[in-house]
Amino acid sequence: MKVGLDVGSTTIKCVVLDDADNIIYSTYERHMSHVVEKAEELLRRVAREQTPGGRAVLAISGSAGMGMAESVNVPFVQEVFATRVAANRLAPGTDAIVELGGEDAKLLFLTGGMEVRMNGTCAGGTGAFIDQMATLLKLTADELDERAAHAEKTYTIASRCGVFAKSDVQPLVNQGARTEDVAASIYQAVVNQTIAGLAQGRPIRGNILYLGGPLTFNRALRACFDKTLGVTGQCPEHSLLFVALGAAYYSDTEFDLNAVADALRDKGAAESYRSQPPLFASEAEYDAFRARHARARVARADFPADYDRPVHIGVDSGSTTVKTVVVDEEGALLFTDYQPNQGNPVPLLRDTLRRLYAEHPKLRVASATTTGYGEELAKNAFHADCGVVETVAHFTAAKHFLPDVDFIIDIGGQDMKCFKIADGAISDIFLNEACSSGCGSFLQTFAQALGYDVRDFARLGLFAPRPVDLGSRCTVFMNSSVKQAQKDGATVENISAGLSISVVKNAIYKVIRASSPEELGRRIVVQGGTFHNEAVLRAFEQEMGVEVIRPDIAGLMGAYGAALYGKNRAAAGQKSTLLDAAELDAFRQETKTETCRRCGNHCQLTINTFSDGASYLSGNRCERPVTGKVGGEERNLYEFKRKLILSYKPGENRRGKIGLPLCLNLWELLPFWHTFFTQLGFAVYHSPLSSRALYVKGQGTIPSDTACFPAKLAHGHIAALAKMGLDAVFYPCMTYNLDEGLGQNHYNCPVVAYYPEVIAGNCPEIRDTKFIYDYVGLHRPHDFARKMHDILERHFPGIPAHEVRRAADAAYAEYARHMAAVRAEAARIIDAARAERRHIIVLAGRPYHIDPEINHGIDTLITRMGAAVVTEDAISDRVERFRTSVLNQWTYHARLYAAAKYCDTQPDMDLVQLVSFGCGVDAITTDETRDILRDGDKLYTQLKIDEITNLGAVRIRLRSLFAALEEREEAKEHGG
Amino acid sequence: MEVNYPVFTPEMKKTHKVLMPNMAPVQFRILAAAMRHEGYDMELLGNCGSQVAELGLKYVHNDTCYPALLVIGQFLDALESGKYDLDHTALIITQTGGGCRASNYIFLLRKALERAGMGNIPVLSLNFSGLEKESSVPMNLHLARMLLAAIFYGDLLVALRAQTEPYERRRGDAEKTQEKWLRVICGGIRRGKGYSQVEMRRIMPRIAREFAAIPVDRTKPKVKVGVVGEIYVKYSPLGNNDLEKFLASQDCEVNLPGLMGFVQYCAFNFSETARLYGGTFVEKHISDCVLAYIELMEKTIRSALRSNGYHAPLPFRELTKLTEGLIGTGDKMGEGWLLTAEMVELIRAGYENIICAQPFGCLPNHICGKGMINKLREMYPRSNITPIDYDPGATRVNQENRIKLMLAVARERLNEDGTAAAPHMTA
Repeated sequence: MKVGLDVGSTTIKCVVLDDADNIIYSTYERHMSHVVEKAEELLRRVAREQTPGGRAVLAISGSAGMGMAESVNVPFVQEVFATRVAANRLAPGTDAIVELGGEDAKLLFLTGGMEVRMNGTCAGGTGAFIDQMATLLKLTADELDERAAHAEKTYTIASRCGVFAKSDVQPLVNQGARTEDVAASIYQAVVNQTIAGLAQGRPIRGNILYLGGPLTFNRALRACFDKTLGVTGQCPEHSLLFVALGAAYYSDTEFDLNAVADALRDKGAAESYRSQPPLFASEAEYDAFRARHARARVARADFPADYDRPVHIGVDSGSTTVKTVVVDEEGALLFTDYQPNQGNPVPLLRDTLRRLYAEHPKLRVASATTTGYGEELAKNAFHADCGVVETVAHFTAAKHFLPDVDFIIDIGGQDMKCFKIADGAISDIFLNEACSSGCGSFLQTFAQALGYDVRDFARLGLFAPRPVDLGSRCTVFMNSSVKQAQKDGATVENISAGLSISVVKNAIYKVIRASSPEELGRRIVVQGGTFHNEAVLRAFEQEMGVEVIRPDIAGLMGAYGAALYGKNRAAAGQKSTLLDAAELDAFRQETKTETCRRCGNHCQLTINTFSDGASYLSGNRCERPVTGKVGGEERNLYEFKRKLILSYKPGENRRGKIGLPLCLNLWELLPFWHTFFTQLGFAVYHSPLSSRALYVKGQGTIPSDTACFPAKLAHGHIAALAKMGLDAVFYPCMTYNLDEGLGQNHYNCPVVAYYPEVIAGNCPEIRDTKFIYDYVGLHRPHDFARKMHDILERHFPGIPAHEVRRAADAAYAEYARHMAAVRAEAARIIDAARAERRHIIVLAGRPYHIDPEINHGIDTLITRMGAAVVTEDAISDRVERFRTSVLNQWTYHARLYAAAKYCDTQPDMDLVQLVSFGCGVDAITTDETRDILRDGDKLYTQLKIDEITNLGAVRIRLRSLFAALEEREEAKEHGG
Repeated sequence: MEVNYPVFTPEMKKTHKVLMPNMAPVQFRILAAAMRHEGYDMELLGNCGSQVAELGLKYVHNDTCYPALLVIGQFLDALESGKYDLDHTALIITQTGGGCRASNYIFLLRKALERAGMGNIPVLSLNFSGLEKESSVPMNLHLARMLLAAIFYGDLLVALRAQTEPYERRRGDAEKTQEKWLRVICGGIRRGKGYSQVEMRRIMPRIAREFAAIPVDRTKPKVKVGVVGEIYVKYSPLGNNDLEKFLASQDCEVNLPGLMGFVQYCAFNFSETARLYGGTFVEKHISDCVLAYIELMEKTIRSALRSNGYHAPLPFRELTKLTEGLIGTGDKMGEGWLLTAEMVELIRAGYENIICAQPFGCLPNHICGKGMINKLREMYPRSNITPIDYDPGATRVNQENRIKLMLAVARERLNEDGTAAAPHMTA
């Protein structure tokens, strides 16, 4: 008798085999994180019902089984290995296996060089991810599958991690995209993640086996894999049990199952995890805490049916909720309304407003102000008087509670906003663009996973004696930390408290990155729905070491602030433009979506048409769908640089065709290399402008999925070049960049410097093409020509040295001309902007950030807001070399510091830094840039960008920046 | 932003205790002894625990590499412990000056000290590249020789213990022998003895003989695992969650290529850069001189190992050739081409199971580590390489699970081969 136990991250599986290895018993159950108890129970059940005398040969496997097996001295079989053992027996002839579990994704190549791969630190694209997404769509997993089968098209959803995907899915939902299409897009993201993350360049071919829960239960997901891989994979019998079966086949030691169960029980009783102090030591402490917070109440006034004095309405249309607040002339609260957003806020708002009018027939609306994610839509639909960016709305509300507030933190469902206030204006803004850990939905996800309602769950932790220390990290990592804590015997109470504390630590140390609480301020207002959770509130006060104000309307502060904002700006006797009762009755909204085909961005447009004939368009990144023109090109240096680069066309072909990938540093060096090779008689081609499709074509060969997106894009460019019928592809390794004299050295970052090595090692496309990726140094012009001659001699023998030298001279000259042209245009844009009294934004990044696929149109977004955009390299020559507090050794980054320094001296110029996710170098540059700007009393704005295409957070940041600048300007004028 | 930081003046040698992070426990103990001989009141930090990483997270940008978080966290933890007189304490940190962000550790450390209100504490740089002129340990031939000897002794002791311990009949023999010799060597170095070529030629074979005399049983072959990676997480138990210990508990023989390889790599790169991009005659050849000197010691250590039946690493000169067809020797950031070369060496020497350890998001290892694995697999189909990422959020369970997967494959192969030769026989 053999028993295999597979303890996974969400389920536990068990098989019992007779002596002929026939399955006589099997089970697949969710363990709701009660891992140890469930395993114990299962072993006892098997001992009682299946194995005479309770003895059997036993082995344990599964991602949560390792520690367990060790603690009770039962052999552990690594789960991927177990899968392979089972596959060799049950499905001989299999070439590859794709197995998705609760939090694991595995890929096994069985033939042609056995290899096993599993996801490491990222749990994107697994069952947990699919569950999360289904929850977001308010569907069960089965329904999700059903819908996906009826999709007509798929949208692009970032496949790196559930957190990123969420911020792609939410806008789609809000824009009213078909659920069927969103469902299929989620599956496609899973497939992409599996291929990008695990295949890492190795093709998945032949007989494919699909195993594990998600692939067993979701037919449409399998279809999606089939389609993408171009295969017809099989989901075999017992596809859920392969790991357990493998463990059973591999087992060779006999145990008394009841004794093992006893050992498990004893182990479970011993608490051995890392803990931290409890949230409340006593009931008395808790009571005092409650009493103190009960005092932070906003004034309320009666709102009888015959109310006829002027009122101000504030609407906060968030990504997940719609909130409405009505205040009187004194700012006292008359009416509040809070509703979950079912995708379209407009009908909800209409109902609320109609109810208001119906219940208060004499209502006199003096102003109506909208804010939040759906600010523009709500404003346009109902003719509100004005819109205000949510950060300003929150600040306005917070000031009402604490006039000299110096720090505001708002934690909502998926987003976190914090800002510092200095001299009455917002100075620093922290938003969580790339990470939603530490937000409300994070707690909710865990509560649900453990089978609790989120409120009950949080309450459990209040008096937990030993909260688990989970550190401050991303949700995905937190999953495994929680798993480990459970394994170590942490109770749900202690996990709940630990999660609440980690929410706070995430906010302080990950999003805000404060080193000490004092740094943030001492007069703090906390708001957002998550702070209604007393465990989080308490943890925040403990971590900060200060008593904070939590208004009793913490969840409504955005709407309340909007109402106050409108009130403050309303003229005496003003009548709002808001639709009246009759207009609301007649109000209709029609929504349709279409893909804009006017450029390569292919924005998903949502067009709302209202009953009065007005329409509102969203989802567009430029004005082309509205006016036919992009808008603001003449004040956008990004656009100018792109045009310059794309103007290099292949010349005469005497010696052959050479291709350059338009990626990373070639975005700057194209003029150099194009001229160099053209001079030598080569026809020089470059790969096309990046696009999503181009990226996807190359994603299969990316060996390290934590590299930055610009580097990963290189694979697509190489794939594109390989199809162009070229004689050679040229992409040199460059340790050093040109020395512009701004720093102590002039390196490239390791990724820019050596990415050609990765291409050579991983891109099969390049094997049939001559790939020239020698080490080249442009920083020594004299040596360059000589060295380059040697290099060419190896690939294209017979080019005379003097020709190479002449070509090199021409190349250096062209490069200089190019940079001069960029700088001259920058000067022109700056002058023109000043003449038109426009603000100037230095959108600072690296040369490759002008790629629209990388910057997602942020340059255009800024010009649409009315400002002019220049680049860091266009103004970095305007300052002398200066000392930085970090080692200034990379050419591109030296430009960044110089540009920041220059901004300090220009009153109408501010710097916005683009940071590619995963850029390790920017971990250093961001802090330094912030410090340089702070020295000049400038605001620092950082935008993290990745594959991610949601510009919502970016827009808030930029608008907040402009609002803060405006306020500063006003303060200056008022102050004289 | 300009910051003025305190400088370590020569007089401070007398008044200040100098704290040093413990990267490679064996090698750094001897290095500390050499620094003591030079007149520095050195203390090697041994503090660990979760608060180290937490302090690092608190005072350094969270996306900075894990080693920086740990090294800085370890310093701050020590300084906050109350064990030291903060007016008379200095810190020392090594610097290579390459194009990786690691060259910035010293700046990040200073910034962190400033933020933690300990900006008065001087930081010394130990480097061979002429960085930080005001605050570096003055380098002279005498000290350089001593440091090189310290590293070689350390490498030897690590290699001997690693190749003996898994097979010893009496548990603890190899550890005891290593500890004994560490004491002897540190004692000698502190008094300025034992670092000359002559002395090394005398002492090294003695050490090896003593290890070889430990009773062992090599009849049952063990899974042989090589560890390469970013230098800190490769060596430091604090950085790699006690990787060596874990592998030992899994009944493996572990090979951590020596620290000297990295020193030689740095020396080599100086001239290689001049050869690739142009430079003076001296620039192009100075590395050869340094390497030739190191080679003399390398011969001693290799022969001590080989003549006692142990596997000896390839001479550095051979290592430079192993990158052929894989990666250019121009890749000199982080561990660069050396990391790839070490993987090849390990595979060829029978350590086909390799852990490539790196901090999460390590920039150079995108290229020379993870970026080369596909090609290595093609060239050496038996290679069984698993990259493991380390960072404050990665859990040990997850890392060990992945390693176990690699070991399961390795064990299966070991059983298939059946007759795998004992490691000391392949030398």
